[in-house]
Amino acid sequence: MKLYFRYLSMLLKSQMQYKASFLMTALGQFLTSFTTFLSMYFMFSRFKSVNGFTFSEVLICFSIVLMAFSLTECFVRGFDVFPRLIRTGDLDRILVRPRSVVFQVLTSNMEFTRIGRLLQAILMLCWAIPACGVVWTADKILTLILMVTGGISVFSSLFVLYAGISFFTLEGLEFMNIFTDGGREFGKYPVSVYGEGVLKFLTYIIPIALFQYYPFLYLIGRSENILFMFLPLLGIIFFLPCYAFFRYGLRKYQSSGS
Amino acid sequence: MIQLKNISKTFRIAKRDAGLKSAAKSLFHREYTRIEALKDVSFTINKGEMVGYIGPNGAGKSSTIKIMSGVLTPDSGECVINGRIPWKNRTEHVREIGVVFGQRSQLWWDVPVIDSFDLLRDIYKVEQAQYKKMLSDLTELLDIGEIIRIPARQLSLGQRMRCEIAASLLHNPSILFLDEPTIGLDAVSKIAVRNFIRSINREYKTTVLLTTHDMQDIEALTERIILIGKGRILLDGPLAELKNHRSSHKTLTVDYLGPRLCVPENLRLLRDEDGHAQILVDTDVVTVSQAISIISAHAEIKDISVAGETIDETVVALYKEFAI
Amino acid sequence: MKKYLSFFRIRFLAGLQYRAAAWGGIATQYAWGGMTILMFHAFYQNAENSFPMTFRELSSYIWLQQSLLAMFMTWFYDNDIFDSITSGSISYELCRPCDLYSMWFVKNMAIRLSRVVLRCVPILLVAIFLPDPFGMRLPPDITSALLFPVSMVLGFLVLVSFNMLIYISAFYTISPMGIRILVSSITEFFAGALIPIPFFPEWLQSFMYALPFASVQNTPFLIYVGHLNTAEALQSICLQAVWLIVLLAAGRILIKHALKKVVVQGG
Repeated sequence: MKLYFRYLSMLLKSQMQYKASFLMTALGQFLTSFTTFLSMYFMFSRFKSVNGFTFSEVLICFSIVLMAFSLTECFVRGFDVFPRLIRTGDLDRILVRPRSVVFQVLTSNMEFTRIGRLLQAILMLCWAIPACGVVWTADKILTLILMVTGGISVFSSLFVLYAGISFFTLEGLEFMNIFTDGGREFGKYPVSVYGEGVLKFLTYIIPIALFQYYPFLYLIGRSENILFMFLPLLGIIFFLPCYAFFRYGLRKYQSSGS
Repeated sequence: MIQLKNISKTFRIAKRDAGLKSAAKSLFHREYTRIEALKDVSFTINKGEMVGYIGPNGAGKSSTIKIMSGVLTPDSGECVINGRIPWKNRTEHVREIGVVFGQRSQLWWDVPVIDSFDLLRDIYKVEQAQYKKMLSDLTELLDIGEIIRIPARQLSLGQRMRCEIAASLLHNPSILFLDEPTIGLDAVSKIAVRNFIRSINREYKTTVLLTTHDMQDIEALTERIILIGKGRILLDGPLAELKNHRSSHKTLTVDYLGPRLCVPENLRLLRDEDGHAQILVDTDVVTVSQAISIISAHAEIKDISVAGETIDETVVALYKEFAI
Repeated sequence: MKKYLSFFRIRFLAGLQYRAAAWGGIATQYAWGGMTILMFHAFYQNAENSFPMTFRELSSYIWLQQSLLAMFMTWFYDNDIFDSITSGSISYELCRPCDLYSMWFVKNMAIRLSRVVLRCVPILLVAIFLPDPFGMRLPPDITSALLFPVSMVLGFLVLVSFNMLIYISAFYTISPMGIRILVSSITEFFAGALIPIPFFPEWLQSFMYALPFASVQNTPFLIYVGHLNTAEALQSICLQAVWLIVLLAAGRILIKHALKKVVVQGG
């Protein structure tokens, strides 16, 4: 753990060497999510609500997804840019060091400019928490925390899966963006708005709904089912197959060297 | 102690042809070729030895290094290093080895070198006292005391390479793999790096395996060389033996007066211009004095010198001999 | 002209080499388009009367957007150009017998077009066979069909000539990457890439039409789906042409100034 913070401060130091670039990029990150927010605002000022959800309710959902995603992108960035480690041969360097591969990949890269997105998420949450009409009892606060944690674990799992696939091909990887960037982009609305089929897919295959939709229903009082509150924990299980696949890819890498 | 026994490794790579038609075809179907990167590679290196591992590009040098450092698993064969199988006990194994990839940096680009060193100390869990000693030894030996407070990106190539090597040795590995450590360095840095490798080997009894295209590195550092070509070990023995193998070849450089030289078949004319000629003599066939008398029969010799092959020429000749 | 064509051919072949990348991109864009349409559908079911266009028009708009993504994406910039400016290797480029502005312009067009050519057909093919009202439909009348290609080419040129301004800005700033991300997120918004411009509030729409970005993808797409009548369409096409001329002129003037600076300072 101490070593982790050493890496963290080292990477932070490195990125701070280019302050102007860092600030501009962070600002750009903020603007990107801010324009998304504006588009949503315009949609709601025209249509008032979607699937019975009001603007401030949807904003809660959006800010949770955005928060989980930007934290993941910041701290699990190593897996997000994993193909680069293979291409440059830095993965070989990782393999000749006496620490776990996962730890070294995590510490190989962190993207602190994502603070811009995180800031947008926090601002929206601050605005929506009092506005959405939820009475913030202990269980609701816990639900909120569980949703963010579940989101981080599902997005992290997807990044690990992505890294695993990159052992087999460095080309078709754009496909995974549907789930990562797509998860962030389309996760701004409760996923039920996309219809029954999408909801099923995002429940059983790529469990985004487990941290984003069901606990959200409980949070805004649309459902009384207390089980929904703990569904994000189930999302954590999703990590296991993704990690197993990564290990499988790593073994293949070690036997083919490419 | 490094032991390799019948190591083999085959890669499968996709064929890619130029042209629109075949590119379109490859959208649906792709052909593969198999490449035997290593075939029946066996050798043993004892503790404290310094060995030069040479061969042309693509001969299998880096595949061997990758297998020995636990990055790559071979298809068949045994590899035992300090009693461990590298790819099975990766974490324990790599704690005892140091690897320098000459063309790739392990230093963090934007922070002072000493910060990278401190981080490596934590990665390898080196005890503080031992780290301090190692660091002061290394900075003195490599003369990098002045530069370790500078970010790596601002160092010259020679300075950076010295820091790279130091970084690989901080955990005092018993085995050091050096992959082209002097590539691109100027003469001063090259000699500094060589001296350093020699003193590390002497001081810590570190086993060193060196791959390089710079034969002067080999000549300056190693007693023994292993030659690999097309995935097979072709030669393994003392450097002197390799030189003897070709020592029968001498080059005569002659300045002469008279018509252009015309030499019999047992001599080989390398160059002949404006009364200046080079002749290759295989002393197993013709002695040097016989050769001189043949030449003097043809022309008036003004000046003559006799030289053996340089090591670079020896290696080129070897590559030719083995057709690699 | 020939050198530009052969340049385009090389880019296209390089693109073809990466078959998995092409399929991956196609699948991504297809899913992206589908999800976007489903999202609009949810709003449509909620308040059909507030919808500023018919749902069929919207579907075609989104599919056009996805299939022509590489042509109209606002965030794409060629890193080589930025690198050559910041590293100073631009001085070598100046030694070549090509006009720098035209060369960059063609290079950008080639990269974008080579990607579009490869990807748009499969996406459109699938989108055409989707059930009503989610699928891609042909233009409603012959005028739309005729005006669309004109407007599409103009929109494409407007975007590339705007990109050129950003490249040129790298001569003057310390962090071209920062500028690039700032500009892309703003242009994407104002180009109607997040939501089509008709979905914006009235007061903002008139402002957006005063910017060059509405002339990029929004105009050709609205012409295609028949959202604009002939007079409006012709008017928008004229606006596109005006923007193109303004941006081209600005680019030419700025690059002249920038290169003078390079020559004076020696890079």
